[in-house]
Amino acid sequence: MIRGKPDEDDYWNSSKFKAFTFDDEDDDFTRLKESKRAVNSIRSLVEEEDEEDDVEKVSWSGEPVGRKAKTGSFQSFSESFGDPSIRNYAPELRKPKSEYKDYVSDWTPEETVKRMQQGKVYSLEKFRSLQDKLLLLDEAVNAHDGNVITAVLIYLKKSLSKEILFRELITREIALRHYIHYLKEIGEQKLLVELFKSMDRTEDMALMQYRDHLNVRDENKKRDFLKNCLSFPFSPDDATHVQDHYTLLERQIIIEANDKQVESSGQADIFKKYPRKASILNMPIITTLYYSCFYHYGESDGTFSSPANIRKTFRISDKQFLLTCLGARAKLKAWFDVDALFTTKNWLGYTKKRSPIGFHRIVDILQKNNAPVQVLQDYVNLVEDVEQKISLAQKYKCHDVIINTYRDLKDRQQLIVYRGKVERGSSEYRKIEEILSNSQLRWKN
Amino acid sequence: MAHSVRRDAPELPDFSLLKRLARDQLIYLLEQLPGRKDLFIEADLMSPLDRIANVTTLKQHDVDKLYKVEHKPIVSTSDQLCFLIRPRIKTVKWICDVVNADKAFGRFRRYKIIFSPQKFYACENLLEEQGIFGDVTTDEWSFYLLPLDDDIISLELPEFFRDYFLEGDQRWVRTAGSALHLLHSVYGPFSKVYGIGRCSKMAYESWREQVEEGEQRARQAEIGNVFLIDRDVDLVTPLCSQVVYEGLVDDIFRIKCGCVEFCPDVTSSDKSIKVMLNSQDKVFNEIRNEHFSQVFGFLSQKARNLQTAYDKRSGMDIKQMKTFVSEELKGLKQEHRLLSLHIGASESMMKKKTKQDFQELLKTEHSLLEGFEIRECISYIEEHINRQVSMVESMRLLCLLSLTENGLLPKDYRSLKAQFLQSYGIEHLLTFSNLKQLGLLVEQQPGETLTVMESRVGKLVNDKTAGKLTDAFSSLAKKSNFRALGRRLNLVPKSDEEYDLRVPRDMAYIFSGAYIPLSCKLIEQVLERDGWTGLEEVTRMLNGHEFAVTAGSNGSDARVKTDSQRIILVMFLGGCTFSEISALRFLGREKGLKFIVVTTAITNSARLLESMLDNHA
Repeated sequence: MIRGKPDEDDYWNSSKFKAFTFDDEDDDFTRLKESKRAVNSIRSLVEEEDEEDDVEKVSWSGEPVGRKAKTGSFQSFSESFGDPSIRNYAPELRKPKSEYKDYVSDWTPEETVKRMQQGKVYSLEKFRSLQDKLLLLDEAVNAHDGNVITAVLIYLKKSLSKEILFRELITREIALRHYIHYLKEIGEQKLLVELFKSMDRTEDMALMQYRDHLNVRDENKKRDFLKNCLSFPFSPDDATHVQDHYTLLERQIIIEANDKQVESSGQADIFKKYPRKASILNMPIITTLYYSCFYHYGESDGTFSSPANIRKTFRISDKQFLLTCLGARAKLKAWFDVDALFTTKNWLGYTKKRSPIGFHRIVDILQKNNAPVQVLQDYVNLVEDVEQKISLAQKYKCHDVIINTYRDLKDRQQLIVYRGKVERGSSEYRKIEEILSNSQLRWKN
Repeated sequence: MAHSVRRDAPELPDFSLLKRLARDQLIYLLEQLPGRKDLFIEADLMSPLDRIANVTTLKQHDVDKLYKVEHKPIVSTSDQLCFLIRPRIKTVKWICDVVNADKAFGRFRRYKIIFSPQKFYACENLLEEQGIFGDVTTDEWSFYLLPLDDDIISLELPEFFRDYFLEGDQRWVRTAGSALHLLHSVYGPFSKVYGIGRCSKMAYESWREQVEEGEQRARQAEIGNVFLIDRDVDLVTPLCSQVVYEGLVDDIFRIKCGCVEFCPDVTSSDKSIKVMLNSQDKVFNEIRNEHFSQVFGFLSQKARNLQTAYDKRSGMDIKQMKTFVSEELKGLKQEHRLLSLHIGASESMMKKKTKQDFQELLKTEHSLLEGFEIRECISYIEEHINRQVSMVESMRLLCLLSLTENGLLPKDYRSLKAQFLQSYGIEHLLTFSNLKQLGLLVEQQPGETLTVMESRVGKLVNDKTAGKLTDAFSSLAKKSNFRALGRRLNLVPKSDEEYDLRVPRDMAYIFSGAYIPLSCKLIEQVLERDGWTGLEEVTRMLNGHEFAVTAGSNGSDARVKTDSQRIILVMFLGGCTFSEISALRFLGREKGLKFIVVTTAITNSARLLESMLDNHA
């Protein structure tokens, strides 16, 4: 503990600090430094007395801005102090912050921290023994003031070897988090990495280093940086993701170089018809897959740019693959490709349409890509839930689906109702007529 | 639909005083650098500054040119540069570069940095390290509190959330204490202070210290009670889609400092307009707290009334017409303008929401809150991710799933994380690490892991630090206990009951009757019980740190005392949403109370989650 001279101790125990530093008689240095500013304030203090009884006169809201200049801006500032309710706060406003640093004192850690919180003169140089430094740090933590905790840490950073500081921070979680945040903010990456290492927080260390790739602009440098990241001690899951990140960028660089060249040479129709809007570099995996389904559909899975290769390399789920592929092919209005996506053959050679996601979703996606009714109705037909099927069919005007469904349901009434909704004489009208007049059908109503 | 204010509801204190104080201090500080000067203003200080002063005010105090801080080399030719900034390392670094560039150029200028609301030692240390300490003078503009409306005061510190809850940096704790101190000295003395959360407790203590440091003056209290709450006590509420008008406007158009920019789509003209949204806007004031489904009806009724008022003109004689024009027309025109604006906004919001299948989204959210059909919810979220729909929305749903289910099953966590990274970019590894650190998105852990770790580390250190460690660990592995809390506090009403949104019966109306916000329910309960008695199980599940202190005011006038007792200041540390404010207004009407919300910033799900992103270099 730091002990002051007995008489000083008495003083500190008996007198209360006040926020108003003009009244502070604790050190002459501060007073000297502040006297100049204090003189300025005297005027306002005097005026304060005069105006105390007359608060309401000073009304600012709605007052023309010009008037303030006339009364003199200094005065105008002081006027607001006329209200006694603000005066408690007023000393805070005018509290001069001394910048005097070279003052030797005998303040205890507690007093020092308190002075720092109040923006008064303080001195840390005399906290030289490790014990004193740590007492000071613990005191700052006890005061809950992050600003002061960081200030003390900055001092400890300057005056302790990092090994010792790190060792002490292990058992001081709150101080440690302040230290980490401070190092992050001032960009002391290297020191942070050492800190994490010394604390065995290897995953944090790996992520911290990985984070730096965001600062690398050039794609080749970024790829090399990511390659370097592969050796970092990530958690097993994250290691896979970082590996993917490296692989992805590596391939994007190859695809980008190739496609840029193909596009500018005008060799491929697809690029002429749909010029690329942006480079594929640094895009997510799914965007890359979409791009590949858009520009490189049907390539053999040996090439890096083929959908199949991307699917396999990045372990993309069936559902995800289908959704992305569907989006890309529908955008190109390649309905044949869309059809093929769902077609499976069983061992007898019959084909059947299957989907890992509900067909009502597929309809939704196709519709958003402006699929024509002829295409839509095939998929509406595949929706299993009859009610859902009919509501989708009505929404997208797939007449055949509706008519056939009612026929299959043997629902004569609904069919008659629907006849009223379609245009008289149109093909669907005729179709309904035909069905209704079919005597072979056994209606349920 | 405009709720009649209970006759005995007390008047709110006048907070415009806070603006005056801030403006006058700023002028004083500008005067400290006499002569003409250029002023550089931190981007996110511009709107708050706008609310309390205008360019003319600045020009009258010798400010020549105004610049926004853009972290680029400057073009100013002035001999004096003044920087009005937040105490951020990045900005101070930039100033160091500016000053050192001048020095290298042999150019002499005077520099002043005004930190708002306070300076940090780390910033000053940087000035020192960069060799410009002394070349630059520094000051503090104690602009702690910006009144955004009659009952909303903001500290305008959105970074509070990340700094404290993610980084564990307590730099703003004293700031919060000082803000409270300012309110106490102007509108206090407070008689009772309740709170929950570690940060609330620290802010409370900081305030008490500042009270003891300063002189006390006896005055009549205008605010009786205070409730402090940490944002992480309730992270579910800010992550829910907002469906109350003001909240929805904030979710879609983003209200900035009480002002919103409506795009041409809303204004049905070719340009955007900025509109102040507060109680001064009579139309807005009547719909802000209403469930969105009720707003259309109200607006069309209003439109019909307006038509009738206009129609009165026909059949008027000259004299009547004159009175009409001089007395009513201006008001009607004003109302007309506001009405068409809010109708436009409502339409535009409807369109946007229909496009993104809002109903289905809300259904999923409600299922999560209820704990119903969780597998279906997971498939929904998965598809949301697969289709690369809004990244923040996907993240929001994942966090809601984790918070309501006390974490994800390891299998689900791994699979959803992998798909998220595939859809939105692998660099979001960093985001996941942040979300985990904060407890927003976690994997379910086998129960005993933590205690083993704790006792192992505990043996290494002495008792005092072991206590702190336990604290730190428990915050790391903090469980949300949402289901248990929901049951205990009846947060999720039974879904089979009809909920009439026209006549809300409780605060759940702000979420279509599906959920009573935990934060507001706690406030209601504590005020009702005058403390935490009977809520022991709840506070245990919320990780404790609750307190209720009688601050000991000796109000002279008993009547005044009871009036101020019914004014309750609620301070949210880490931000609050407009929906929560609406819920508190509802509670106030029900109980004959008035709530004043003080928040470190207005937040919503997007802001909260965007602050978790690490993708800025």
